[in-house]
Amino acid sequence: MTAMQAVFLLLGLVTFISAVMVVVSPQLIHAGLWLVLTLAGVAGLFVLLEAPFLAVVQVVIYIGAIAILIIFAIMLTRRMLRDEGRQLNSLWAGALVVTLILYAVLVFLILQEPSLAAASQPIQAESSVLLADLGRALVDVDRFILPFEVASVLLLAALIGAIYVARPMMAGEDRERQE
Amino acid sequence: MGFDFNNPFGSITELLTSLLINLGLPQPLVSVILAVVGAGILAGVTLTTAGVFNIWLERKIGARFQDRLGPNRVGPFGLFQGIADAIKLTLKEDITPTGADKVVFNVAPLLAVMSVVGLWAVVPFAPQLIGADLNVGVLYVVAIGGVGTLSVIMAGWSSNNKYALLGALRTVAMLISFEIPMVLVLLVPTMLAGSMGMVAIVNGQDVWFLLLAPVAAFVFFVSSLAEVGRTPFDLIEAESEIVAGYNIEYSGMKFGMFMVAEFFHSFTIGALFTVLFLGGWRGPGSETYPILGLVYFVAKTFFMYFIVMWIRYTFPRVRIDQMMALNWKFLTPLALVVVMATAVVDKLALSQGWPRTPVHLALNGTLVLLTLGLMQAYARALRRRVEGMRQPEAGEIAGAAVGPGS
Repeated sequence: MTAMQAVFLLLGLVTFISAVMVVVSPQLIHAGLWLVLTLAGVAGLFVLLEAPFLAVVQVVIYIGAIAILIIFAIMLTRRMLRDEGRQLNSLWAGALVVTLILYAVLVFLILQEPSLAAASQPIQAESSVLLADLGRALVDVDRFILPFEVASVLLLAALIGAIYVARPMMAGEDRERQE
Repeated sequence: MGFDFNNPFGSITELLTSLLINLGLPQPLVSVILAVVGAGILAGVTLTTAGVFNIWLERKIGARFQDRLGPNRVGPFGLFQGIADAIKLTLKEDITPTGADKVVFNVAPLLAVMSVVGLWAVVPFAPQLIGADLNVGVLYVVAIGGVGTLSVIMAGWSSNNKYALLGALRTVAMLISFEIPMVLVLLVPTMLAGSMGMVAIVNGQDVWFLLLAPVAAFVFFVSSLAEVGRTPFDLIEAESEIVAGYNIEYSGMKFGMFMVAEFFHSFTIGALFTVLFLGGWRGPGSETYPILGLVYFVAKTFFMYFIVMWIRYTFPRVRIDQMMALNWKFLTPLALVVVMATAVVDKLALSQGWPRTPVHLALNGTLVLLTLGLMQAYARALRRRVEGMRQPEAGEIAGAAVGPGS
């Protein structure tokens, strides 16, 4: 077993255990913190795959923004942050069936992928070249410009919506408190 | 093997490598050992020394600003005060409050220090002296900042104290708000250098980016001051309002770790500002003598650190609503405009063959004038609105209108 494999196993184990803990732990804040560890483990896997950009983006977006927002939301909405919710509701059996089917489909699809059988080839190009290629692919008319622009419009709509919701009432606009 | 004074760190590495291989160790193990030793020396020895020294420096300079002497008992000029304080903090009782979440409570100070020390992995000290030249260096800085935010939340929540929680909430609100203009503005040096790697950014600064993008540098500096929680943005530990904020329940060395992280973070933003806008290790003669580059780097970093202290001892704390208004109504729009304008102008300048520096200077000058004009117009409108509210009242009493600005 090479050092790479040892690190991979360790990271995989950490990611897996913490992912299970996200669902199992009774306290919401604990679940949020376990989620952070899961996401950090995934970032570590990206590093092992020699994709530093994806690893860093994973940390920036998922840990730096999403996980913190989740914890923030829990802090603002829950009483004393220590109340414990039930893990299961009455629909757990149906959910179990659906997730099992999803899992089976995913396994089936992954096994269909022909490149799995072939010996894996390390990527030859420099990661900075790959990064530049990713950037170009996002604005290339023949490749991903449409999903990229659709995502941008969606985010813009969400932004405008958030501003609209947070706006004070229109009628009292001119009486708005001076700050 | 000769010792090459032009590349001292490379020579030391070579020397150690050959030494260990002669001892009969395999090559990969040797490189792992050297990496661990290098990181240990950088993080453990250099940074701790710098941290202790910085605390002494800050107290001393702060004292001079306030017409005091500062620490002057332990060692020459009180130089060993930091060490004495560290020993004192280590010996103090380590209290975990009742009802605290033990694991989270203990991990939080570790994360706080980690997030600061981790930043130094991508800081280029000298031409060949850098921990890891990631090609996503700038983004890495942002990512590590997120870990710092996390440590604040964890500390505030796990302490089982309402003041700590309040402090954590307002800190996090501030940190994630100011991250937005900071991240936006980090795109400007990235665009100018054509790379996110720290070494490439330093190499791209034939003209310091401070000259090419002064507005971006200003926004970056202000928002990173807020990220650190330095005065005038030290609402994190506003004693009069929330006692001490998120770290109120910490005692002994765990508190010390938060304090060291904060001191060290303000030194680190000096280093980051140096790398991104002041040309890093570049200076006359640094190409031929890399060791000179280290001197330039440290000098520039300490200069920026001095400015941070200068601001700290000059300005009062701002209120939280003022601070949020500054961020959302001033810094964020300005950062957006700067990023877009720089992108367009830089591309135009490259394709038309215009000289880069004057074009960018002109752009930034225009931006400054526009911003000032807008702010003046806004201030006028506000004043008029206030006058409009006051007018009928004043008319009833004195029978005369009150002119603007009176």
